[in-house]
Amino acid sequence: MRGYVVRRLVHGAFVLWAAVTLSFAVLHLVPGDPVSIMLGQGEGADVSNVSAAQVEALRASLGLDRPLPLQYLSYLWNAVHLDFGQSYSTGEPVTTMIARALPATVSLALLSLLIAVATGVGAAIAATLLPWAPARSLFLSTTVVGVSVPSFWIAILLIQLLSFRLGWFPAVGNDGLTSLVLPAVSLAIPTAGVLAQVLGKSIRTALGEPYILTARAKGAGRLRILLRHAIRNASIPTMTMIGMMVGGVLAGATITETIFARQGVGRITVDAINAHDFPVIQALVFFAGGLYVLVNLVVDLVYPKVDPRIVVRTAMA
Amino acid sequence: MFDTQSTSATQNAHAAVVDPTVLPAQEVEYSAGRRVRRWVAELVRQPGLVLSLLWVLLVIAWAAAPTVFTSYDPIAANAAHSLRGPSGTYWFGTDNLGRDLYSRVVFGTRQSMQASVVAVGLSLALGAILGMAAGYLGRWVDDLAMRVVDVLIAIPGLLLSMAVVSILGFGVTNVALAVGVAGIPGFARIIRAEVLRIKSSTYFDAAQASGTRTLAILVRHVVPNATGPVLVLAALELGGAVLSVSALSFLGYGSTPPAPEWGSLVSQGRDYMGTAWWLTTFPGLVVALTVLAANRIGRALERTGVEA
Amino acid sequence: MIRAADATPLLEVADLKVSFDTSRGTVDAVRDAGLTVFRGQTVALVGESGSGKTTTGHAVIGLLPPHARIGAGSVRFGGKELVGQSSKEWRALRGRSMGLIPQDPMVSLNPVVRVGRQVAEVLHIHELATGADAEQQAVRMLADAGLPDPERHARQYPHELSGGMRQRVLIAIALAGRPQLIIADEPTSALDVTVQRRILDHLEKLAADTGTAVLLITHDLGVAADRASHLVVMSKGHVVEAGPTRQVLRSPEHPYTKALFAAAPSLRSAKRRLGPRSAGQTVAGSSAPSDAPVDVADAERAPLLRVTGLRRFFTVPTLEGGREILRAVDDVSFIVGRASSLGLVGESGSGKSTTARVVLGLDRPHAGRIEFAGQELTVLRPRALREIRRRIQPIFQDPYASLDPRFSVEQVIEEPLRAFRVGTRASRRSRVRELLDQVALPSAVRHRRPAELSGGQRQRVAIARALALQPELVICDEPVSALDVSVQAQILTLLASLQDDLGLSYLLISHDLAVVRQICDHVVVLRNGRIIESGPVAQVFDHPREDYTRELLDAIPGRRHDAARVGSLAGE
Repeated sequence: MRGYVVRRLVHGAFVLWAAVTLSFAVLHLVPGDPVSIMLGQGEGADVSNVSAAQVEALRASLGLDRPLPLQYLSYLWNAVHLDFGQSYSTGEPVTTMIARALPATVSLALLSLLIAVATGVGAAIAATLLPWAPARSLFLSTTVVGVSVPSFWIAILLIQLLSFRLGWFPAVGNDGLTSLVLPAVSLAIPTAGVLAQVLGKSIRTALGEPYILTARAKGAGRLRILLRHAIRNASIPTMTMIGMMVGGVLAGATITETIFARQGVGRITVDAINAHDFPVIQALVFFAGGLYVLVNLVVDLVYPKVDPRIVVRTAMA
Repeated sequence: MFDTQSTSATQNAHAAVVDPTVLPAQEVEYSAGRRVRRWVAELVRQPGLVLSLLWVLLVIAWAAAPTVFTSYDPIAANAAHSLRGPSGTYWFGTDNLGRDLYSRVVFGTRQSMQASVVAVGLSLALGAILGMAAGYLGRWVDDLAMRVVDVLIAIPGLLLSMAVVSILGFGVTNVALAVGVAGIPGFARIIRAEVLRIKSSTYFDAAQASGTRTLAILVRHVVPNATGPVLVLAALELGGAVLSVSALSFLGYGSTPPAPEWGSLVSQGRDYMGTAWWLTTFPGLVVALTVLAANRIGRALERTGVEA
Repeated sequence: MIRAADATPLLEVADLKVSFDTSRGTVDAVRDAGLTVFRGQTVALVGESGSGKTTTGHAVIGLLPPHARIGAGSVRFGGKELVGQSSKEWRALRGRSMGLIPQDPMVSLNPVVRVGRQVAEVLHIHELATGADAEQQAVRMLADAGLPDPERHARQYPHELSGGMRQRVLIAIALAGRPQLIIADEPTSALDVTVQRRILDHLEKLAADTGTAVLLITHDLGVAADRASHLVVMSKGHVVEAGPTRQVLRSPEHPYTKALFAAAPSLRSAKRRLGPRSAGQTVAGSSAPSDAPVDVADAERAPLLRVTGLRRFFTVPTLEGGREILRAVDDVSFIVGRASSLGLVGESGSGKSTTARVVLGLDRPHAGRIEFAGQELTVLRPRALREIRRRIQPIFQDPYASLDPRFSVEQVIEEPLRAFRVGTRASRRSRVRELLDQVALPSAVRHRRPAELSGGQRQRVAIARALALQPELVICDEPVSALDVSVQAQILTLLASLQDDLGLSYLLISHDLAVVRQICDHVVVLRNGRIIESGPVAQVFDHPREDYTRELLDAIPGRRHDAARVGSLAGE
């Protein structure tokens, strides 16, 4: 068991390191150096209106005149200290920017995950267990619709209907719980759809396993079979998804926060991409990867409690 | 930690072997005619699948020959007819410049679909190289490839695409490439799993023992047998790519105005949310239906793949 | 053992008809099946795959799959009609009055629940005990089922137990509610023979002690003959014969039963020989003097394959998360003479299949020499090795898995010819037809795909593929264990006749001693990667020197019946 935990920790650290290195490498290996991309908004842009001296000054101030390996090492060293330098566009330290925007996005993400898990699990169970076949297939189709509709479209439909028509919720803004409802719901729907599909499929698979026959032969009823046997086994594939779900919600926040004009990490992301603000983008990639690693580490630690076979299986892999 | 699904799959296969209801093979009659008839019967029983196929055909036709489906110009403005609701003349209504929204959707199809297809093609090609190498060569190649996949998975797909676009620059082609990069890990993993499954199969051993060379085994046994599951994923990923491409276009990284594209049409309509609901509703609906159809077809492929 | 004729039967199945709804219409799985089980009696339901025996068993305990329907007939248990019973009544009955021992112990326990709790669950469901009391009773029941160290094992998860131990857990579950009837569905088919025997012995004793009746569902006539007082033989959904075991065995009436008995390897022991064999080829036949020393001199003269000191180790993870070395093959040596057959016998984990893989070149040994026709294979360069390899061809265990599902029969058989660029396309095609003829398949099957063939037909295709390059040595890895007994007999006959016709040598890997006895001249007994005993078949089988070999032989199902028959004949 200790070996298992150590292996997962090492793996997480590796993924983070690789994410940082990759974002460093991509930025420095792409044709055109960061400064010209930054000044000229992309390749082939005209940089002649900026004097060579200005460019050099900028280079020096960003530390880009140093040898690449040295840049990499100092970048890595700073990343370990969560220091990603200053934003190209605002000059503010990147970490401060993100830290300021984090609470709004975290509350949005938490509420939407809550909604997604509740509706997703509910739909999966309904689609598997309702005693009437047409009702089951109705819920099954709902989950497919959930993963198929663009979340930006849902957000707009919700605004049009519930804000403009009915006036139940504010269409935009950051104030209070009411402004959180529509963004959270629109962000939750695709996640709920994916969750419901994976969990539903796993439950159906589990119900077909021979150990269910053993349980039925004991005289176990429908509910006991579902709760004690099927769902526990079905939750295992679902658990591997949680890390991706959290990441997905965070990425989805870029669109949701744009539409609902909310201040948050998603907005910062969109602004950074529009401005080619690479320190911010690198930091965001690092944080997203870090969040994924963290969530997965928690999942990995909970895993053996749910599936005792996992310790052996990862040792084999 | 990703082995769980493959393990439960082998358990399923095991369960299938002991299933007392499996009919002896000799009782099942096969012939081409019967197969076609069964296929047709299957289609009739699934009206949703038929509708999905028809919708995809329509979308392909829109992309191939938009002028056949509409007589309005998608770009020329007609201020006198601006912001009209859906009607017999303007099926999806008109925008603030008086352009027919239906024509803009039809003409936007090509860009959206091209980008999505290119994205899936890229994911498939790179994923196949990575997955094949990992599964077939094993050892350190496998370790390396899977670590690359781990890193790609750790960064949420949309964020990864956005980061790639910010480096490559805006535009439909770059959006397609960015979405394609984000789709690599999915293909790499399923192709690796398939190669490993086939490699551990007895018919692979038999081919090796009867002297078939490595490359021939790869071409004759591994590729054909891995095609089915990969095709299923490709169909599902196409739906996902349509979603991602439209999302990135919606954020303004895709096509440059005035050329229409599904996601950017929704984005443009956002300014008139309160007054012209059709501007966002119809393009979004078209995206949703296309993704829905791709998912439906993917699931149907999955089921027939299991049966065959 | 003779019961009063007027006693009410515990279980009475009459005119049972079960059909399945499939995508290709309705299929009758069971037609007019009937059987009777009295209290404390063991009745065996025998048949091949697809005979409807498992479906009948599941109908009795009300566990038919959702797409199955009971069309007609009755199932009376203790005088009460079960067909049409409410699901609440079924739940009260299952686990309490009727227990089930399912088919495959490896997958029949919930992998994420400790085994003790899985036994205790029966007590909870039927409110026989609660809480700590139930857990304690569960430990006692596991002990009764013969699980060693039950206190410790009760707290373990299924994956930490061996197959035999898991089957004991399942027996404990089936018996936990003190049922009057146990339905044992192929309870030991997935286990090694010696484990199988111990478990069946134990089940028999438990049933006798508690007065529980057993409906034993099995494809193995030997098991049925050994364990049951009555036999019910099913074929294609019908009961074709029923009666007291001795009577059915002594004078089977139905042609199907006769054929089944004739085919069952465990009930026969003579070596399969078609024609007289040329002198000097066979080292040991069934009539060889049993006290002769190991006569390998003949094989020495022209050994086709000589394996010396073979070793193959694996690193495997332990339950604690560490690693240990598994000595899969540890110092194994043997010789296969020309036109003769050597059997490698052992239980799972004995290293027999690894040995076969190494000889086939699918795996590399850590040490040892493999000489084929005087050439040392382990030092040959790939090109030369490939030329040698064409003279060694394999037949694998599972004909459902050894043929690429996307290939036509013609492509399958042609593949080795293509790989070695033998002949033209046309000549290869005609060779395929010739080979099909050799394995007694009509040439029309060459355009079919494996899924369109039966198991026996597929194995014939696999044999044809193995013969395509005219090999001298054929390595048969469990060639018939995935097949029904009647089909097994046909394939073994085919192998024997091909050997006579083509002068082939066989290296036959099998867990089934009866199969080895029918095909092989010499036998090597393996256990945990090491050779336990070797010698001519007749000597090893009739006068085993080692205890383990004796145990293996004693475990062959059908032995008891043979002994009983000998006894009864002596008495007459």
